[in-house]
Amino acid sequence: MKEILSMNGIVKEFPGVKALKGVHLDLREGEVHALLGENGAGKSTLMKILTGSYQAEAGEIIYFGKQVEIDNPRKAQEMGINIVHQEINLMPDLTVAENIFVGFEIRNKRFPFVFDFAKMNSQAADILQEIGLHVPPTTITGKLSVAQRQMVAIARMLALNSKIVILDEPTAALASAEVDTLFGIIDKLKKKGIGIIYISHRLEELDVVADRVSVFRDGMYITTKEYSQTNKEELIALMVGRKLENQYPDHSAKKGKEILKINHLRTKQGLDVRNISLHEGEILGIYGLVGAGRTEFARALFGADRAETYDVILRGKSISVRNTADAVKHGLGYLTEDRKKDGLALGLDLENNISLANLKGFSRQGIMNTRTCEANAEEYISKLKIVTPSIYQFAKYLSGGNQQKVIIAKWLTRNASILIFDEPTRGIDVGARKEVYELLNRLVEAGVGVIVISSDLPEVIGVSDRILVMHDFHFTGELNKSEVTQEKLLKMAVE
Amino acid sequence: MIGSNTNTFSNKNKALSQLKAFLPLVLLGLVFTVLSRNFLMGNNLITILQQSTNIAILAYAETMVIITGGIDLSLGSILGVSGVVVGKMILAGVPVWVSVLAGVLFGGFLGFINGFVISRMNLIPFIATLGMQNIARGIAYVLTNSLPVSGLDEELYFIGGGNVGGIPVPVIIMFVLALLFAFIMKKTSFGRKVYAIGSNREAARLSGITVKNIEMWVFIIGGLLAGLVGVILASRVLSSQPNAGIGYESDAIAAVFIGGTSPLGGSGTILGTVIGALTIAVLKNGLNLLQVNAFWQQIAIGVVIIVAVYVDNLRRKK
Repeated sequence: MKEILSMNGIVKEFPGVKALKGVHLDLREGEVHALLGENGAGKSTLMKILTGSYQAEAGEIIYFGKQVEIDNPRKAQEMGINIVHQEINLMPDLTVAENIFVGFEIRNKRFPFVFDFAKMNSQAADILQEIGLHVPPTTITGKLSVAQRQMVAIARMLALNSKIVILDEPTAALASAEVDTLFGIIDKLKKKGIGIIYISHRLEELDVVADRVSVFRDGMYITTKEYSQTNKEELIALMVGRKLENQYPDHSAKKGKEILKINHLRTKQGLDVRNISLHEGEILGIYGLVGAGRTEFARALFGADRAETYDVILRGKSISVRNTADAVKHGLGYLTEDRKKDGLALGLDLENNISLANLKGFSRQGIMNTRTCEANAEEYISKLKIVTPSIYQFAKYLSGGNQQKVIIAKWLTRNASILIFDEPTRGIDVGARKEVYELLNRLVEAGVGVIVISSDLPEVIGVSDRILVMHDFHFTGELNKSEVTQEKLLKMAVE
Repeated sequence: MIGSNTNTFSNKNKALSQLKAFLPLVLLGLVFTVLSRNFLMGNNLITILQQSTNIAILAYAETMVIITGGIDLSLGSILGVSGVVVGKMILAGVPVWVSVLAGVLFGGFLGFINGFVISRMNLIPFIATLGMQNIARGIAYVLTNSLPVSGLDEELYFIGGGNVGGIPVPVIIMFVLALLFAFIMKKTSFGRKVYAIGSNREAARLSGITVKNIEMWVFIIGGLLAGLVGVILASRVLSSQPNAGIGYESDAIAAVFIGGTSPLGGSGTILGTVIGALTIAVLKNGLNLLQVNAFWQQIAIGVVIIVAVYVDNLRRKK
């Protein structure tokens, strides 16, 4: 197979960090080349260079035998290099055909400033037919499902005569039937000679779809292998660079009495959960794929979203939670998925963030006792080993791992007795992750109820004593640490 | 990596940075002192303070609202209609101080309506207060048939025209309120909640803060302060004008931004707002003394707003 792309010695630096330390990637005509690596390995950075969003400090890109400079995204698209992002960047108010051709609209032959919608609609219709998306090209994109929108994004690849298509976590939001459809389309793309770079964490899928795989780690290129000549364990070891076992420390707490019992929790959005319990001394893991409803469950439990039915017993007493203030009063704490979006006030300093859930406790008649707040913040900075020059540092300047610790400090300051962690190690580097796991252990050993929501299979298995699996806004299964395997969990998550 | 960036700390206990905030104002004052011999006279300085009081008091409310991420376009209108209410009640024989209280509370009531529409009906502050701006002004005209309510009881005069030890009462009120609101913003849980909501509304909510209530209160406070200014204005000339305060909220908002509050919310100080209000007053006063056309003053203020926010953006980016 002909080689259509070769990136060599690519170096990319940002102030204070070397994101790519001289990496390599090549791609052949008609192949699916998987790109593996943990968060922060450098995959998205390399793709941003390939699609023209970033410029490399050093290295070369050889495209169809010629050295090229990809100065900006438009140039990349003109060259035939296109990416389908995880968030599928289409414009929801435009029609399918308009999204397919945006930026490269077909113009009227006589009046080039007028778009030829008829031609665009008809060409769009042909492509949609080819990939099996049976909607009219005049459909408003916002009305389509996520899977359908993804197909529109791929249709755009074909309309623009792409030679290289990058798929970034394409199956994150798809149901299994939709994944099959996607793989069918990928097959069609391969037959046209399009080279596909496939970024995904789902090793099980790569088994089906990938021809070769390249592994990145900490900004470095590790190796490339034919997929058929390697296996999951080897790939994980290459990605992680160390044995899996040492990553998840054990805790010494023993399972005790029941501290939380959810008899029935139901929301208008379709969440319907019954008979879930949490005990002292156990870390309860909740696993599910994207869209399973895990965050919806956490938010409903925490009063962040309105619940139609809220029948929950906390330490023997039935509680009523209509909003977050109620939940916090009862001792619940929630660490969100996206720290920057809704976990921290980035523009405020650490002390402010740490004190935020306990303002009543730190004030008398509404007047804050600043000295107590400061002393408390200092205490947690040392207890949790938060790296910062002072408690007055603005939260936005902390690293991901330290930001997460600040949020944990916030809930500990409030003396929360049950903490719900939603993707606790997202965007945190491997070293800091272990610190978070150790914190979870100390919490459960201290009698705090700990629920960990995670879509990271090895993580949820490594950390939890008991795992509940969610699918389609319901709980579909439960496994104990002793009997759990990745295959069993994944099976429960997709059925 | 972080150490090289000197501005990564919040300026909590830095008295020095607070003094530094006065620098532009002092410079402006020096310029005018050089250009006009009359600038630095005692009388003139008192005049400057007096002219800044109305804007400053409204600006305290706007500071809070803007820090939470909102805006209040109705304060000038609430001011006008509150003055009218006070005037009408006095003429109807109600004791002066009861009328004054009623006027201020009426302003607070209109502020409550703003807060309700915004926090419970989920209208964005710009739209809700734009509506109230028109409604309140309209009520003022309806109540008075667009005629001034004149001949008010002399007892009213003290609050707007009186003075204590040579210092005009409104100026005293301005400083007392400055201290009060600075205290509220820095040292109370309410103040912390205001900053938190402005910095990250959802994170504040998920920390157990009842965001809607705080949002309600900042608009109620706005209404109360506007009512107070309405009383002060009516008191000065012993008559309530239905068109009093037109455009005052714009100057108040300008003072807030000149004072360094971010238009995006989440940061800002009462001290900064005071400086902003004084800056506008100094600018107007100095240009007056230099006999510059009044319309040039307006241009000058506009330029100062843009320059001040631009400089602030640069400071933030570092």
